[in-house]
Amino acid sequence: MDPPLILPPNIDDVPPPGLALVLELDKPLLVQLRDGRKLLGTLRSFDQYANLVLEGTKERIVVGSQYAEVDMGLHIVRGENVVLLGDIDPSLDPPPGLSLVPEAEIRRIQKADKEAERMKGTFRTRFDFLMED
Amino acid sequence: MLFYSYFKTLVGKEITVDLKNDLSITGTLHSVDQYLNIKLNNIKLANPAKYPHMLSVRNCFIRGSVVRYVQLPPGSVDVELLHDATRREARGG
Repeated sequence: MDPPLILPPNIDDVPPPGLALVLELDKPLLVQLRDGRKLLGTLRSFDQYANLVLEGTKERIVVGSQYAEVDMGLHIVRGENVVLLGDIDPSLDPPPGLSLVPEAEIRRIQKADKEAERMKGTFRTRFDFLMED
Repeated sequence: MLFYSYFKTLVGKEITVDLKNDLSITGTLHSVDQYLNIKLNNIKLANPAKYPHMLSVRNCFIRGSVVRYVQLPPGSVDVELLHDATRREARGG
């Protein structure tokens, strides 16, 4: 069997960019942003840049195996900050292995985590000479 | 539009998309558009333990601008065909 020829598309047949998002309208989605934040919300509108209108938005903050959700209401996300939109499978949400903690708790964990990371960095630079084998 | 046309021939195949944020997602190509936004079904992550929040996602839409690489299924590139299409595109259709 011959593989199909790669033909230039008829310009009238090319769907407008972002059209695939129509299928995600009014569904609960997980939006991953470029700064690493994760938003959950219902997609109400979008355009060709993937600018999004999300209703009932919650930010999900995940640290290790714990997470918290912060209510953020209605949000418009500028398209350039969007990395991906995921369909949420309700049977797998929240993801198995993650446990919900209050927001204050996750902020504390986040801070401790950052501090530990920083200490690790400074220790490594200070004791680098000892690590050589 | 050459790459758009090429990706359209890959619809239904399994591809791996490496993103600029170091996420690496494998899934079945569902659709692609002229910005090379990509929709994948039945996704799998290369490193699920590092991104536990992605476990509740089965299908996803990836914005074209955040894609670094697309890894294609072996044997999916017919160089002759691409040559052909490239020449045709260079001649202006």
